[in-house]
Amino acid sequence: MQLHDIWFVIIAFLWTGYFFLEGFDFGIGVLTKLLARNRSEKRVLINTIGPVWDGNEVWLLSAGGATFAAFPEWYATLFSGFYLPLLLILVCLIVRGVAFEYRAKRPEERWQRNWEHAIFWTSLLPAVLWGVAFGNIVHGVKIDAHKEYVGGVLDLLNPYAILGGLVTLALFTFHGAVFASLKTVGDIRERARRMAGVLGLITAVLAVAFLGWTQADKGDAGSLVAMIVAVVALVAALGANRLGREGWAFAFSGITIAAAVAMLFLTLFPNVMPSTLNESWSLTVTNASSSPYTLKIMTWCAAIAAPIVMLYQGWTYWVFRKRIGTQHIAEAH
Amino acid sequence: MELALAPETMARWQFGITTVYHFLFVPLTISLAALVAGLETAWVRTGKQKYLKATKFWGKLFLINIAMGVVTGIVQEFQFGMNWSDYSRFVGDIFGAPLAFEALIAFFFESTFIGLWIFGWDKLPKKLHCFCMWMVSIGTVLSAYFILAANSWMQHPVGYKYNRATGRAELTDFWKVLTQDTTLVVVFHTLTAAFLTGAAFMVGVSAYHLMRKKHIKVMRTSLRLGLVTLVVAGLLTAVSGDSLGKVMFKQQPMKMASAEALWDKAAPAPFSVFSYGDVAKGHNKVAIEIPGLLSFLAHNDFSSPVPGINDVNKSEQQKFGPGDYRPNIPVTYWGFRWMIGFGMTSFAIGLAGLWLTRKKFWLAPGLRTGDEEPPHLALTKNRTLGARLTKWYWRLAFVTLGFPLIANSWGWIFTEMGRQPWVVYGVLRTRDAVSPGVTQGEVITSLVVFTTLYAILAVVEVKLLAKYIKAGPQELSESDLNPPTKIGGDPTDADRPMAFSY
Repeated sequence: MQLHDIWFVIIAFLWTGYFFLEGFDFGIGVLTKLLARNRSEKRVLINTIGPVWDGNEVWLLSAGGATFAAFPEWYATLFSGFYLPLLLILVCLIVRGVAFEYRAKRPEERWQRNWEHAIFWTSLLPAVLWGVAFGNIVHGVKIDAHKEYVGGVLDLLNPYAILGGLVTLALFTFHGAVFASLKTVGDIRERARRMAGVLGLITAVLAVAFLGWTQADKGDAGSLVAMIVAVVALVAALGANRLGREGWAFAFSGITIAAAVAMLFLTLFPNVMPSTLNESWSLTVTNASSSPYTLKIMTWCAAIAAPIVMLYQGWTYWVFRKRIGTQHIAEAH
Repeated sequence: MELALAPETMARWQFGITTVYHFLFVPLTISLAALVAGLETAWVRTGKQKYLKATKFWGKLFLINIAMGVVTGIVQEFQFGMNWSDYSRFVGDIFGAPLAFEALIAFFFESTFIGLWIFGWDKLPKKLHCFCMWMVSIGTVLSAYFILAANSWMQHPVGYKYNRATGRAELTDFWKVLTQDTTLVVVFHTLTAAFLTGAAFMVGVSAYHLMRKKHIKVMRTSLRLGLVTLVVAGLLTAVSGDSLGKVMFKQQPMKMASAEALWDKAAPAPFSVFSYGDVAKGHNKVAIEIPGLLSFLAHNDFSSPVPGINDVNKSEQQKFGPGDYRPNIPVTYWGFRWMIGFGMTSFAIGLAGLWLTRKKFWLAPGLRTGDEEPPHLALTKNRTLGARLTKWYWRLAFVTLGFPLIANSWGWIFTEMGRQPWVVYGVLRTRDAVSPGVTQGEVITSLVVFTTLYAILAVVEVKLLAKYIKAGPQELSESDLNPPTKIGGDPTDADRPMAFSY
């Protein structure tokens, strides 16, 4: 295994971490409209992710930075090629961060309501768009001999990619509902569980269609295994949810996300961004990667930093392990 | 018209706007994190309530500010790929590494521990809670360091070789990128300027409350902390700025020549304080100059020759082929002056404040009766400055709050514009760095979207800051005064409301 293969795995790992973690906080954002019945329930939901969403988002920045450093060609083609969708994602992430921090900073109802709308839309849109983006990456896009994306925005909105977007939306919302039932008490916990049951079924239908399509199109034995793991974990998550084993349900919905992301990256390898115009124009781990020296330094950095990050982020979840309910929510300050 | 809307121009405007905007928040974040951590440490060590009140008050302003810093920072990482894809291809091997290091080492630190700090008031023992703020502070400093290492490489590329086969610059010595003199001096200068910014902010807000005779205990402490920091940071900013200037004279003579609008070689070279006329076309109807000072800034003596714009342009033409290697002279000339002028004015106002509030005057038993007495600035031991003059100092100090922000912005504009037409000095031209596949429409869309969004957010942020500044420090609650002694809080108060919630 060469360094650029290792970096392919590390980037897959960073995206997995990102979708696992920000997946549930996107889901919570969407659920503020689907699940919460009143203002204080909305606040309960938002506060379940309050201490952690910011740390979750850094997984994206790490994935982006790592791609820039390890596969500059991939970074350049991807972000200049998917220009407008990425712009929309960035706008969402900006507004979303501000919305969480500023929502409770003024008492006026209109102020808070506006930020609540913002939280819903800026959680929903990226949840869809990341799926669309990955659908296109896996499926391949119009890349010319100079490694430039030459398609338009509408090329990105093909049925396969849109299905991918629906899958991530459903999966993240399901993951969020499971998280909500794990982190709350009282009435909202019960409703979160019931909603997770429904969302899980929708997710299962969409995910089986999307992953099956992927498998039929690009799959091999490895991706088939990953797909089976994803589907089994999803069923297990649904079962655990029904039995009220919320911790297990969350672990399994997390495994579903991890296995699905793994499957996408397995079908991608050794490409990082296949070209639909000419197979030999595809970006691969070899023609898109940095020099071995850079990769070596980066490997040292990741090998030392990543476990430490996981340790202290894990500790955060431990510190805030208690469930919260409407009675815990103090007046805003 | 066509030229004005060229993708390169649009992309540069976008980069300029998003970066300068981002950098309004960064210096405040860096310095306030450390100052809040310092105040919280004072509370942990002394148990005095005024420190806890101050920690919470400044902490809140810090949070409003860091939220914007964080979200605008996300754009910074991605727009290299969006608008500058050929730049990313050419330098990703080098430039990407410090960015990735920043995310993995610094940004995770900052964002994780800030969550612990915000929500941890009733979940963490106070020492551990204070520790979290120090972690945030370390994160912000590390973050600045990695980004400035990346930027310094663009100013003065080292530790790389050009690979003809791949057509890109490749890293050969990462240690050199992290430790070259440009990086170290720029980090020093940026951090000192950051502390100048946060200190001026603290002084300004404290002065506002003292003028209105409110929250005197907390604000007096904050004022003194701010003033001391302002003066120390101001001095160090000047010292570090001087070292940075000397490095620049060596590495980017064109930037320094255009900072002075010095057209032809001079020995001794004067420092131009102000000039009226056309700086873009060689001087000048009115010029106020300090003889020999530029020579001193460049070489530490008052007579050495300093090359002018025309000299450097000629030598660069010989080196890199025909072309115009001059940056925009008025922008660099005035940017340099606004940076120094606004920075040093804040320093001077801080110095005056420090003298006016000396312990033996301000706190002299003859001049006050109790802790909550509104302060009069003392001129001498026996005579106060008078209510009106005192008020004027508070006003001046309040206005000063914005000066370092202007200085910082012009500092960056000067640094980045002064490097043009190069994006990587002497290696890659800006016009060769833009994304070839991105259309004019796309760049204009994103420029308009970001500018509009940032403008709206600026209004929101300023209003919110104003509200919380006006409100002043809050009274402490029961849970503030009895922080938990165990991680996760005490099991007996499971149903207690959270100390902080969104």
